[in-house]
Amino acid sequence: MIIAALIFVFSIAAFLQFFIWHCRSILASSRRVELSDRVREVTGIQGGSFGAEDFSRLVQLVRLCPERGDDQGEIRAVGTYYNLLDFFGRMARPAIPRVAAWAEQERVNCSYFAAVALDRRISYSRDLFTQQVADRL
Amino acid sequence: MLGPVDYVLWLASFLLEVFVVVCAVRSKSFLSHLSLNLYMLAAAVVTVGQYVSIQRFGFQSLQYRYYYYYSESLLTIVMFCVIIQLYQHVFVEMNVSRYIRSAAAILLLATAFFSYAVVRENKDHLTSRFVVELGQNLHFCGVVLTYLLWGAILKLRETRTRLIQLVLALGVYFSATAGTYALRNLFPGLQESVLRWVPPLIGTWLPLAWAYTFSKVPEDARLTTARLLVRAR
Repeated sequence: MIIAALIFVFSIAAFLQFFIWHCRSILASSRRVELSDRVREVTGIQGGSFGAEDFSRLVQLVRLCPERGDDQGEIRAVGTYYNLLDFFGRMARPAIPRVAAWAEQERVNCSYFAAVALDRRISYSRDLFTQQVADRL
Repeated sequence: MLGPVDYVLWLASFLLEVFVVVCAVRSKSFLSHLSLNLYMLAAAVVTVGQYVSIQRFGFQSLQYRYYYYYSESLLTIVMFCVIIQLYQHVFVEMNVSRYIRSAAAILLLATAFFSYAVVRENKDHLTSRFVVELGQNLHFCGVVLTYLLWGAILKLRETRTRLIQLVLALGVYFSATAGTYALRNLFPGLQESVLRWVPPLIGTWLPLAWAYTFSKVPEDARLTTARLLVRAR
């Protein structure tokens, strides 16, 4: 019983760490991408960076665009990560402000990831539109 | 009884397991990650076997239960080969493959022996108890090995994104499975309600994450591991 309890505690701690690192490795790929003016225009955010609360709105905008068919999985994974951070952030805010601040920063990264996904979808929509116009001509 | 969700998860994990191999072949990584791809093929065969076993003997049958636990244990042992190969990828420039293989084999034997020693006294339920105990311990060994591998990746400042994501996905899989086994040992009553759903979900996670890595992350993609570490400000 003691061994099972120890294995359980260690496994849960390891699970959380691995899951967070895995999500961060997905987010890291989007951090280097410079956002276009188009996406800032569409989202109404000029110059400044995205806030943690912008994530849901950005994902809604992503869903309005035609699907590229290759980004659904990562958007869903980051969405799960965002919800998990939201939960932990709320739980930690009264007791451990440092953890709450970290969760907030991570949620901002999630928003940036969603903005990059939106940017790619907008480019894809434009390409589709251009292709359709060219086909008609 | 199995419901539509069970069958959907089953089909999804089977298709994803095959998809991982297809992605690896397409990205010309089949041979460089041979153990991983063989594991995925073996997992797909086991998934089909589970389906056949249920259709033939029923979900509550003893035959299915033994097939499930023994095939899981065997798959975990194959997974150790995957970990060994990932270690070899990380330590490729240090020429320590022989030592890695020996250490992993010793650890595997030690785990099997420890599991046997733990349940030796319960001779009336020896077989079923042994497989559950072995499953828990093997998966926990997997957690420890993956954790050490991750430590080595950080220490050696490994930057290959593909390798990093493969290892992290494996860490999520092993820790979630070991935690589920341990929880099942602690609270057997939870098996029928909550814990029944966890193994199929975890079984879908691993091929999903690996398929993502092979299909989305280019071989030459690089990532600074220091950026992944959790830092509370």
